[in-house]
Amino acid sequence: MIKSKNLEGTQAVTANRLRDGAVVFLTATGTWSRHINDSAIARTADEAAALLAIGTQAAADRVVVEPYLFEVTAEGGAIQPVSTRERIRAFGPSVEEQRPLETAS
Amino acid sequence: MYAYDEYDQTFVEERVAQFRDQVRRRLSGELSETEFKPLRLTNGLYLQLHAYMLRVAIPYGTLSTRQLRRLGHIARKYDRGFGHFTTRQNIQFHWIKLEQTPDILAELAEVQMHGLQTSGNCIRNVTADQWAGVAADEIEDPRIWSEIIRQWSTLHPEFTFLPRKFKIAVTGSPNDRAAVKVHDIGLRMHKNDKGEIGFEVMVGGGLGRTPIIAKTIRDFLPKQHLLSYLEAILRVYNQFGRRDNIYKARIKILVHELGAARMAELVEAEWQQIKDGPLALSPDTVARIAAHFAPPAYADSPTFTPEFDALRLENAEFRRWLKANVAAHKRPGHAIVTVSLKPEGGVPGDMTADQMDAVADLADLHGMGEVRVTHSQNLVLPHIRRADLPALWRRLSELNLATSNINLVTDIIACPGLDYCALANARSIPVAQRITEKFNDLARVHDIGELKIKISGCINACGHHHVGHIGILGVDKNGEEFYQVTLGGSEELSASLGAIIGPALPADRIVDAVGNLVDTYVALRQDGERFLDTYRRVGIAPFKERLYAPA
Amino acid sequence: MPLLKNGAVAADPWHKIVNGEALPPDGPVILPFERWRAERETLLGRNTPLGVRLSNTHSVAELEPDLDRLEVIELEFPKFTDGRAYSQARLLRERYGYKHELRAVGNVLHDQLLFMQRCGFDAFEMEKADPVTAWQAGTSAFSVFYQPTGDGRAPVERRRAAGAKAV
Repeated sequence: MIKSKNLEGTQAVTANRLRDGAVVFLTATGTWSRHINDSAIARTADEAAALLAIGTQAAADRVVVEPYLFEVTAEGGAIQPVSTRERIRAFGPSVEEQRPLETAS
Repeated sequence: MYAYDEYDQTFVEERVAQFRDQVRRRLSGELSETEFKPLRLTNGLYLQLHAYMLRVAIPYGTLSTRQLRRLGHIARKYDRGFGHFTTRQNIQFHWIKLEQTPDILAELAEVQMHGLQTSGNCIRNVTADQWAGVAADEIEDPRIWSEIIRQWSTLHPEFTFLPRKFKIAVTGSPNDRAAVKVHDIGLRMHKNDKGEIGFEVMVGGGLGRTPIIAKTIRDFLPKQHLLSYLEAILRVYNQFGRRDNIYKARIKILVHELGAARMAELVEAEWQQIKDGPLALSPDTVARIAAHFAPPAYADSPTFTPEFDALRLENAEFRRWLKANVAAHKRPGHAIVTVSLKPEGGVPGDMTADQMDAVADLADLHGMGEVRVTHSQNLVLPHIRRADLPALWRRLSELNLATSNINLVTDIIACPGLDYCALANARSIPVAQRITEKFNDLARVHDIGELKIKISGCINACGHHHVGHIGILGVDKNGEEFYQVTLGGSEELSASLGAIIGPALPADRIVDAVGNLVDTYVALRQDGERFLDTYRRVGIAPFKERLYAPA
Repeated sequence: MPLLKNGAVAADPWHKIVNGEALPPDGPVILPFERWRAERETLLGRNTPLGVRLSNTHSVAELEPDLDRLEVIELEFPKFTDGRAYSQARLLRERYGYKHELRAVGNVLHDQLLFMQRCGFDAFEMEKADPVTAWQAGTSAFSVFYQPTGDGRAPVERRRAAGAKAV
């Protein structure tokens, strides 16, 4: 699990859904979306802690597994992860373009 | 091949029912993730980057065509139409849903398969020479002993919560194709002075962040004592292996800290107490298991046919394939064929469901219905009639499974890396793909000769980079992917660990760096030298000089 | 904490002595191993049942001389992933012939009960709402066992051999 405490700047919360393992992102309404662009964005440490608290509760409620904060950029309406790892999680493996990400519920 | 009897079948079905109940308890909240995680791991279920990943055991690499078709069916029905063969004779499905896992395991149980002990701190799926039973140099079939170990280690009540995972490999040939010296226990069958066959027992090998070559603690173990000796080793490890630091918990660290001589003393003392107990193997038991591995009913087959001869004369690619992918069989008129899962630009070890079905058909048609999985992420058809080689080659070529590159520069081992794995620091697969594209001239690939490139996306070394002739390790430098290169590793009985050549290289330089290393070797090699031979003769300096020379 | 024996919740008459605690004048007591070792001579003179709690870093051989006198031995699972006590249990039962109660304490969970039972435990302290159901589900999950251990269940190879003879 990625340590979130040292992250700075704009952040979002991601996790895997318990039932199917799908990569999901926490939205502003407290739901989880398959699309990173739906993510709620935290711009301060307090906002980040509040978002992560929602994620942690969702893990306790058995909706998701291992929620954590990760760094993003949010410019021009597009939310982009900063690290390669999170880009791969959000957009799928870099090697298999013919196997697109499922856009399930 | 081993076939389950009613006991084995009952067991695996009970195991599925147990896991179904565990998944139910997890989803209902009775089990926390902390409690559930080790339970799912001992059934091979990980949570990876994109989804759950299911790792299915292929014990000692042996598959029936029915099993291979079932793997294809699982890929199609529950995943995205492909599977990934690993460096430990397992197959992984990357996009599995937790709630479907009990059904998948039930479908696997129908064909005598499971995900048992493919993860977790237990005795893992035992691995063996992929040419077992057919290799011309074999002393005894290691599958018999691997199956005996498989049964003994299955849900062993004492050894399911070890300090760390535990891997055992068996080879029955003087030419080690099972990398026994980089396993927690390596077993090598050989003959003693009296002509009896037994095991050399090696302990404490392994890769990961502290690569160590295994030490021999017993030169000759009579076969009937195999299980009591393994139990003695495991008992010593379970009691004394370190549990304070996950990175020091493997048995290799215990052996290193105690010294091989002290380790041998502890094991021998424990073994003396149990060697003549209920674990001693009776001749009946061994005979019962061995009967499963009797040779199939080979028909007489000519070594050459007119069609074979004509194709060989006229077709250079067929000749290259015969040279690289076809090996001597102990039965005249037959051959061992390696199916390359390393096409140009492909993902090493990946296979589509359609390819699995097609290879199963070919194995039924030409190869006694048997398939093997290798630790270098290829498949083997162990019993092919030589007269059928032209037809087989044509069909495999159509399927993009006949690249003539076994043990050559493009037969790359690569872990899933950062594209799939939650532990990885850097990607492995794209590096392998770009290297295979760079070396896409098969005539040149054959001229370069034996060269094993192994790529790991992190220090855990699933891609075995330490024992690659050229090893590539992905590292993270301030968020950028870099690659550290090692030279001179080998996993054979003359095992050696690679030496780091210099500073890690950025992603956009690693493929050219491999080209540079190959060019250096080609310029320096003397008659008949392989890359490893040249490296061992000239050392690392000339390679380093050219690799880091100012442009 | 509920004590499970023979698949049912059982009364626990044993008093566990913690470090520094004075011994009660009578009644069955379980002592930490260090205390047992320090006061062994005196304790052996007591006319009441005695038990010892052994940590999983101690060798069970240290208890060998007293196995007839000890009526409970507690072995610890500090975390359920720490499996050292499985080896201790098998050695006590199978090598040293310990016959009395062998109790699993610490992080004792549903899905490990069968392993514990197979290694020789016959008493379990479980923090669980319904330990009896857990016991039944946990220990009856399998009818086939591959290893000979001291629990008396016939390993597969023995059943196969018997079947081969019967044919």
